[in-house]
Amino acid sequence: MSQPIEIMDVTLRVWRQKGPDEPGCFETYAAKGVTPDMSFFEALDMVNEELVARGREPIAFDHDCREGICGTCCLTINGQPHGPDQGATGCQLHMRAYKSGDVITIEPFRARAFPVIKDLVVDRSALDRVMAAGGFISVNTGSAPEANSIPVPKDKAEAAMDAAACIGCGACAAACPNASAMLFVAAKVSQFALLPQGGPERDRRVLAMQKQMDREGFGNCSNETECEAVCPKEIKIANIARLNREFLRAIFWSHEEHATVGAGQEE
Amino acid sequence: MKLDAKIPDGPVDKKWDKHRFELKLVSPANKRKFDVIVVGTGLAGAAAAATLAELGYNVKVFCIQDSPRRAHSIAAQGGINAAKNYPNDGDSVWRLFYDTVKGGDYRAREANVYRLAQVSNAIIDQCVAQGVPFARDYGGALDNRSFGGAQVSRTFYARGQTGQQLLLGAYSALMRQAGRASLRLFPRRELVELVLVDGFARGIVVRDLVTGKLESHAGHTVLLATGGYGNVFYLSTNANSCNASAIWNAYKKGAGLANPCFTQIHPTCIPQSGEHQAKLTLMSESLRNDGRVWVPRKKGDNRPPHEIPENERDYYLERKYPSFGNLVPRDVASRAAKQMIDDDRGVGRTGLAVYLDFADALRRQGRAKIAEKYGNLFDMYHHLTAEDPYRAPMRIYPAVHYAMGGLWVDYDLMTTIPGLFCLGEANFSDHGANRLGASALMQGLADGYFIIPYTLGGFLAGTRLGQVDADHPAFQDARRSAERRISKLLSLQGRRSPVSFHKELGKLLWDHCGMSRNENGLKTALAKIPAIREEFWKNLIVPGSGSEFNQTIERAGRVADYLEFAELLVRDALERRESCGGHFREESQTPDNEAQRDDANFSHATVWEHAGEGRTPVQNREPLKFENVAPAQRNYA
Repeated sequence: MSQPIEIMDVTLRVWRQKGPDEPGCFETYAAKGVTPDMSFFEALDMVNEELVARGREPIAFDHDCREGICGTCCLTINGQPHGPDQGATGCQLHMRAYKSGDVITIEPFRARAFPVIKDLVVDRSALDRVMAAGGFISVNTGSAPEANSIPVPKDKAEAAMDAAACIGCGACAAACPNASAMLFVAAKVSQFALLPQGGPERDRRVLAMQKQMDREGFGNCSNETECEAVCPKEIKIANIARLNREFLRAIFWSHEEHATVGAGQEE
Repeated sequence: MKLDAKIPDGPVDKKWDKHRFELKLVSPANKRKFDVIVVGTGLAGAAAAATLAELGYNVKVFCIQDSPRRAHSIAAQGGINAAKNYPNDGDSVWRLFYDTVKGGDYRAREANVYRLAQVSNAIIDQCVAQGVPFARDYGGALDNRSFGGAQVSRTFYARGQTGQQLLLGAYSALMRQAGRASLRLFPRRELVELVLVDGFARGIVVRDLVTGKLESHAGHTVLLATGGYGNVFYLSTNANSCNASAIWNAYKKGAGLANPCFTQIHPTCIPQSGEHQAKLTLMSESLRNDGRVWVPRKKGDNRPPHEIPENERDYYLERKYPSFGNLVPRDVASRAAKQMIDDDRGVGRTGLAVYLDFADALRRQGRAKIAEKYGNLFDMYHHLTAEDPYRAPMRIYPAVHYAMGGLWVDYDLMTTIPGLFCLGEANFSDHGANRLGASALMQGLADGYFIIPYTLGGFLAGTRLGQVDADHPAFQDARRSAERRISKLLSLQGRRSPVSFHKELGKLLWDHCGMSRNENGLKTALAKIPAIREEFWKNLIVPGSGSEFNQTIERAGRVADYLEFAELLVRDALERRESCGGHFREESQTPDNEAQRDDANFSHATVWEHAGEGRTPVQNREPLKFENVAPAQRNYA
């Protein structure tokens, strides 16, 4: 069964930037001896190991679980956040997607709300602040009712799970021409809007999260659907439609004061 | 070192209630006077930080990731156990307790395990209320599935992403508090020094991973929830940033470290494809609900799987363990796979794999049902291997996954350093020598939501702690020590990267202290580790400076700690001359090659005490008493 393993050489054009306020530029690296079963990040590791051994600074890039679930990695590969594989993160991409001689351009996720820290590493704390504004159900530890006392229809539970699969990577904002984080916000708002547990805070949640999203410098949705195309968890833009309905519902029917909800404003 | 587990007296099922009543309380108005430092935002850390902030304490939370939502609990797949007995199949708190003690091969503390089983149901209630989208049946009630080492279905799950959903639940509770300013969040910070004042844990020094600056943070108590040390093996299912540095620093400051040789090798991971590999990927144990494990009957049979007829396949788990079948505990399944591979019956290009086959389940249940249960796992496998598990069996191989050992804690989860608590995988408390599947999530959340909020209050109310702030001389000493180490690492200017040392150490450990261990191999490892360490401190290279974002210096610090910690792990494995759970000593096995315990000599937790640089650590023992579950040879046949 053992076949000879194919070896290939590719060229990486990588965005290098010393710090947040420094100018950046592309630098070119040869990745030699890459095999198709190597992950894309293992090819980057290989380049980095060679750089370190020569005393040069390796390419800084964020990664952690390397199995597509933590949401840490944030590379734009040949112009696509997370690269060419549908429904996968950059860390799940393998070199079998490329052939010898290919030139691969690697940049960080680009969005106004994601300033560059170094090279390919960006600051996505804006997403945490949006969550802090309302991405939760207020239930103190110990005050929960018996789990099966809240029946949830299976289709609703499944749809909530589809939305909850969001890994918070920010690819949606990086792909959007308006750098909007609507898909991220919509996923969380949808998850809770679909579940009975989310009912009591439905209005204040959507108002607060939307407001914080605007404050962080994310743009608005103009139905480009780029977010859905790159989402590694294949979150559907139908969630954005639900977000808009939730928002309108909250504005027109709720008694929540639009202006008084948000981070740090809860009693 | 004085080891007082402070186990409350009385019958095992009354201990926790009695203890909760006897613990002193901090009055609501006084809670805000206490500063609590929490390190780590996985299930244990996030749950603890959120809950303590809800109670009114001043909480500061630290994590190495860019967001608390990315802690490695996120990657847990299969599920979380609880004794709800919703399927009406004979489960109870007592049975979950029994299964966990037995699954851990009688090397865990009964009182802790009972408490864990007791609070398990409240965890499910809490998570559902937070909006965790657990799987449900058509009536809207919660669904369960089976996991290894149990004959009841008690595992709650959210597809193959249970850890993610539970962590996002805890994270949302945490962010709710961060929004209220009762809690301050410090992401991209790594603990470099634990700070003791008058023998009490009173703060930490962290490195800001963005700027490289050191920061001092003082508090009345420090909670470590920094996860397991599996990455010491280099290749493991852990995320890249998982490390042992925080618990190792605590150990060097006087915290006892218990049973480091108890490491879990998970039977179902995607096999290594080459030398370049940076990590191994787990395929959830839940797959063994429907997947059947097999190898060819004939040695060296390298036909593709579909060409091997049914009567030439060996479904060895079903053959050897008819009553548990494919759902034997992890240690048993891993060793059985190793035996098959050692017998030259491994499959795939490298021969280092066995099949996990879904053909029967797909025929019986249909593709849609299998996709509903395991869709994301099948996709993950497909992405990584470019093979479609709906069409061909998965190839799997065991890999390092979880650390049962960790900092020794008493019943209150306090280490041997007063004021230093340890939660979740970082402590040693509940899983003995082998953890059952779906019990890590249970333990992390039990510690964070339902145990530490009580026991921490008892400590704070019952202890007189003077005011200490971050310019106390102890912090200045700690900062100087951290600065010295960072400059030393930067000044070496040798020729080898931190990763190259990590790989070398990991291979040595896997070869001599992995799935099976013997005296000669362990002695070889014990002799070689100091040599690698010596070379590290001569020949390391770290480009860049310490005063900036520098991933090489982060890795160098972690590898430096692994190079010390590994020696303790091997020493512990050498000293424990018995097999139990995940610790398999070849010298100690039953006639059918199962782990043979030696209760007369080893029914204890080994607790290691730092004796100073270059000195042999001191071995202490906490004897284990079994008053409710009589130790027996584990039998899953």
